[in-house]
Amino acid sequence: MTSAAFVLRLAAREARAARRRLLLLTASVTAGVAALVAINSFTDNLTVSVAEQAQELLGADLSFTGRKPIAEIPLAAKWVDSLAALPGAKIARAVNFAAMAYLPSTGNARLVQLRSADQGWPFYGTIETSPAGLWQTLQQGGALVDPSLLTILGAKVGDTLSLGEGRFPILGTVVNIPGDVGLQMAFGARVFIANSALESTGLLGFGARVEHEAFLKLPTATDPQAIAKIARPELRAERVRVRTVADDRDNLTNALTRLGNYLGLVALAALLLGGLGVASAVHVFIRQRLDSIAVLRCLGATSGQIFAIYLLQAIGMGLLGSALGALLGVGLQQAMPLVLSEFIPVSVRVLPSASAIAIGMGLGIWTAAVFALMPLLGVRQISPLATLRRNVNPTRTPWDVARIAAATALVVSVVGLAAVQVGSLRQGAWFAAAIGVALLILWLASLALMAAAKRFTPSSWPYLWRQGLANLHRPANQTVTVVLALGFGAFLLTTLFTAQHNLLRDLKLDGGGESGRPNLVMFDIQPDQRALVTETLAAEGVVTPAFEPIVPMRITMVKGTPVKDLLARGGETPADSGVDTAAAPAERGRRGGGGLWALRREYRSTYRADLRDAEKLTSGKWFDPAETGDGTSDSTAVAISMEADLADELEVKIGDLLVWDIQGVEVHSVLRSLRQVNWARFEPNFFVVFAPGALERAPHSLVTLARVGDTPTRGRIQGQLAARAANITSVDLGDVQRALESVVDRIILAIRFMALFSLATGTVVLVGAIATSRWQRVREGTLLRTLGATRRQVLHILSVEYAALGLGAAVVAAALAGIAGWALARFVFEARFSLPILPMLALAAGLVTLTTLVGLWNSFDVLERPPLEVLRAE
Amino acid sequence: MLTCEALGHAYPSGGASLDVLKDINFHLEDGDFLAIVGPSGSGKTTLLGLLAGLDRPSHGRVLLDGVDLGALGEDERAKLRRTKVGFIFQSFQLIPTLTAQENVQVPMELAGADDAAERAEALLTRVGLGARGHHYPSQLSGGEQQRVAVARAFSTRPKILFADEPTGNLDAANGDTVVELMTSLNEEFGTTLVLVTHDLELAALARRTIRLADGVIVSDSAA
Repeated sequence: MTSAAFVLRLAAREARAARRRLLLLTASVTAGVAALVAINSFTDNLTVSVAEQAQELLGADLSFTGRKPIAEIPLAAKWVDSLAALPGAKIARAVNFAAMAYLPSTGNARLVQLRSADQGWPFYGTIETSPAGLWQTLQQGGALVDPSLLTILGAKVGDTLSLGEGRFPILGTVVNIPGDVGLQMAFGARVFIANSALESTGLLGFGARVEHEAFLKLPTATDPQAIAKIARPELRAERVRVRTVADDRDNLTNALTRLGNYLGLVALAALLLGGLGVASAVHVFIRQRLDSIAVLRCLGATSGQIFAIYLLQAIGMGLLGSALGALLGVGLQQAMPLVLSEFIPVSVRVLPSASAIAIGMGLGIWTAAVFALMPLLGVRQISPLATLRRNVNPTRTPWDVARIAAATALVVSVVGLAAVQVGSLRQGAWFAAAIGVALLILWLASLALMAAAKRFTPSSWPYLWRQGLANLHRPANQTVTVVLALGFGAFLLTTLFTAQHNLLRDLKLDGGGESGRPNLVMFDIQPDQRALVTETLAAEGVVTPAFEPIVPMRITMVKGTPVKDLLARGGETPADSGVDTAAAPAERGRRGGGGLWALRREYRSTYRADLRDAEKLTSGKWFDPAETGDGTSDSTAVAISMEADLADELEVKIGDLLVWDIQGVEVHSVLRSLRQVNWARFEPNFFVVFAPGALERAPHSLVTLARVGDTPTRGRIQGQLAARAANITSVDLGDVQRALESVVDRIILAIRFMALFSLATGTVVLVGAIATSRWQRVREGTLLRTLGATRRQVLHILSVEYAALGLGAAVVAAALAGIAGWALARFVFEARFSLPILPMLALAAGLVTLTTLVGLWNSFDVLERPPLEVLRAE
Repeated sequence: MLTCEALGHAYPSGGASLDVLKDINFHLEDGDFLAIVGPSGSGKTTLLGLLAGLDRPSHGRVLLDGVDLGALGEDERAKLRRTKVGFIFQSFQLIPTLTAQENVQVPMELAGADDAAERAEALLTRVGLGARGHHYPSQLSGGEQQRVAVARAFSTRPKILFADEPTGNLDAANGDTVVELMTSLNEEFGTTLVLVTHDLELAALARRTIRLADGVIVSDSAA
C-alpha cells in the first residue's frame, strides 16, 4: 500500500466516524456557494438571453439618434438616406419625449413617455398588445398605452386621450416590448402613437426635450458594426448617436454582468465568512484529535501524512458542502428573476450554468482548503510524546515558513477570489481590505466585550446573571467566534438598512400639510403663460409661487479655447441628454470621458440674484449687485456661479472666462463662485447660474414649484393645466418620490437577498461555535445540577450567556454599520446621515433571539439528561 | 539491539534547566525482556520516550539496531518506528474514530502492507477478539481495548516493543490476560520487550530489571 493510499483510506475512515463534527465544516461553505452559484448562473443565463435577443433589443440593425429630426442634420441625413437606399434596406423613424397626457372625461392628467413610430418598427421582435395585434393598426390612428396609465387616469380602452392639441382614442394596452426594462415604467407610463399623428399634438415646440431616431434594417451582406465605426466619428460633432445590435448587446451584457458581479461580491462575503467557519471547525476538530494524532505519530505516520489526512478531509467536506451549495444555488436561481426582474430587458430562460456551478464549487472547495490550512499546520507540532504525557507543549518556531506561506495563500486567495468575481484586481484588493478591516474591528470588539464582562459585571448582581456573563470570558468561551460570525452578517444587513434609509430620506416631501417642501413642479412654461399658471393655482387656493427662468445653452469657448478644438483633442463620448435632474451626478459618473460630456451637453441655466437652500457656496463670492456685465464681450462678461464638480470637469477656476451659445447669440461670462448642489432635493437645480443682467432677453421657458396639499388637488391642477396649456409639463413629485423609492427598494432588495446568505452562514458558524463548547457547557450544567441547581436556574445562566453574546454581536454590528452608513452617506451618496433606529433595533432583537435559541437548543442535554449519565459519558 | 550511551535529558524549568535523566547506560540484545521500575517522577516515562525515539535526548545517544535515534529527524524517526517499534500504553491509545480492526491495521498500512486486513483479523482472533473487529473502542471494555492495543503492537512484528504501565488501567484478571499475551507474543516473535511499571509483580516477569530514582539507575539486575 502506498503512502497516498494510506492517507486516503485513513482520511475516509476518520471522516466516517466524525461525520457530525465535519458536517459543520460542510455547512459553513454551503450558503456561500449557493449564493454564488445562484447569482453567477443567473448572470450567465442573462448573457445568453441577451445574445439571443440582441436584435430585438434595438428592433433594427442600426439606429441614428439626435436631438433634431435626422433630416435636419445634413451629415446624418446623408448617411441614413444612402443606407436606406441600399437594395432590401428598410427605414423607420421614431420620436421620444415626455409629455402630459390628459383624459378629458375624468380631468386627470399625468406626465407620460410619449413615443411615436413609423409602420414597420420594430424590424425584429414583436410588440405584444392587448387585445392582440393592435400594433399593426396603430398607424391608422389612436394610442396604445401602458396598462398602468389606465389605472392612474381612471381611463378605459375606447376613451379619448389628449396629447397636446391631438385627440387619440385608446386602442388597447401594450403588454410587452422587446428590450424594455420594467423599472423604466416607474418614471412615467408610455404612450405610443403613429409618427404621422405626431404633428397634430403640436408638442414639438421650443423647450421640449425630444429624441429623434432613425432605425434601419440593412441587407444581410452589410456589416452594421463597420458602418457605425465610420459614421460615429463623423457624426459626433453633430451630436448624433449611432447604435448597433452589437453595441446594445455589449453594453447590456456589460451592465448586467457588472450588476451580477457586485451582487456576487456580497455572495462571496458569505463564502469568506464560511471560510472563518471552516477555520474554526478545523481548529476545534484538530484539538479533539490530538490524542489520535499523537498515536499515529507513535505508530510511524509522518507529519506530512497526518497533515494530508486532515487536509483531505477538509477538502472532502468542502466538496460535499459545495455540491450541496450548488444544488441549493440551482434551486435559488429560480428565484433570481423575482428579485432582479425589474432590471432585466430580456426574457430569461433560467437554466443551470455548468460554468457557474463549476466556479462556485471550485471557490467553495478552495475556500475550505485555504482556510483549513492555518489551523491544520498545527498538526505538525503534535509530538508523539503526547501519548505518554498529557502536558507536552508543541514546539513552535517563530518564523515558520509553512505558516507564512499559508497566511500568504489566504490573503492572496481572498484578493484573488474577489478580483475574479468583480473583474478587477484593484477592486478585489479593496474588497478584501474592507472585509479584513471589518473582521479586525469585530475581533477587537469581541476582545473588548470579554474584557468588559470580566471587569464591569457588578458583584452585587444575582449569581445566575454573574455566572452567565462570566461564560463570556472564561476559558473555551465562544465570544470571538460568535461576534465575528454573527456580527459580520448583521453588519452587512444593517449597513444596507442605513444606506437605504439615508438615500430615501432626502427624497421625502411630506413635511406635513402646507408647510412641507414643494410637491408639484411645472416646467416648459412660456413667459406668456405665467398668468395662466398663477390663476390655475390660485383657483385651488395655492399661493402664487416664484417662477424661475430656464435658458438652454451650450458652451462654445473655455478660457479662450473653442470647444470644437477641445473636443477634437478628446476621445469618443456619446451625445448627451442635456437635462439637469437629480440624476445629473450619476449621469456624469456614467459618461466619464474627462470633461467631454461637460463640453458637449446642452445646459439649462438660470439667472437670479440669490443663493437657494439646496446650494452652498464652496469658493469665490456670490454675485455683487454692483457688477453688471451684459455678456457681449470678455470685458463686459456676466458673472456666473458653477457647480463645483462641473468646474472640476471643465478644469476652470474662479476668474476664468467661458463663452456660451444661446440660440445663436454669444454670451461671455466670468466664473465668480463655485457651489455645492444637493441634487437629491426635488427642486430645479442648476449647474450654472448667471447673474441678472445678461439673459433677460434670451428665449427662455419658466419653471415653478408649488406645495399643494393633497394628491387629488395636485391631480386637478395637472388636469386643468394639460387642458389649457398642453405644452406645460407638470410632475407630481410624490409620484417621482415613489418611483425612486421603488428603484432604491428594488436594488436594496437584491443586495439584501444576497446579504441574507451571510447571515445564514453566520448562523451555521454560530451553531458550530456553540456545538464545540457544548460538552463543556453540558458538563458545567450537570455539575451545577449535581450541586443542587434546578433546571430553571441552569436555563437562566445559559440564557444570560447566549443573550449577552447575541447582544454583543448586535451592538458591534450596529456600531460598525453606523460608521459604514455614515461613510456611504457622506462620500458616496452625498446625503445627510441619520440612523434607522427601528430596523436596527429589530435586527438586534432578532440576533439576540437567534443566538439564544440556537444556544439553548444545543444545550438541551443539560436539562434533559440525568446528571449521572452525563458524567459517565464524560 | 538497543544501546544507551551516557543518556541524559533536561527540561527547561523556570528559566533554569531541570535534569530528569542523568548518565544512563545499558545494552539490550534481541529477545530481551527488560522492566524499568521506580517511583513517580524518577524518569521512567522520559527514558521510555527517548528509547522509542519519541523525543531527542539532551545528552548521549540511543542506538536502535545500530542507528543513532538522536541523529534522525522527527519524520525519519517516525519511519523507523513504523517498521521496528511497537507500543502498548496505559490508556490504550486506540484511535476512537477507527474500529478495532482498523486500529490494528494502521501500522501495517503505514508500512505498506497489502494484506493488512487479513493479518489484523488473524491477530484479533489471536487475542480473543475475532468477532469484535468492527466495534469502535468506545464499544469495548478496558481489557478488550488493551488486547486490541496488544494486537496492534505486534502487527508489524516489531523488533522491540515498549509498554508503559500496560496493566495500570485494568483489573487483575484483565491485566493477567494482557501480560500473558505480551509475553507469549514476545516469545513467539522474538521481540525485545521493554516494560515500564510501578507493579513489582509485573516487573518480576522480566528477565532484567532496571530501577530508576531521581533520573539515575540505582540498580540493574537480571532475574
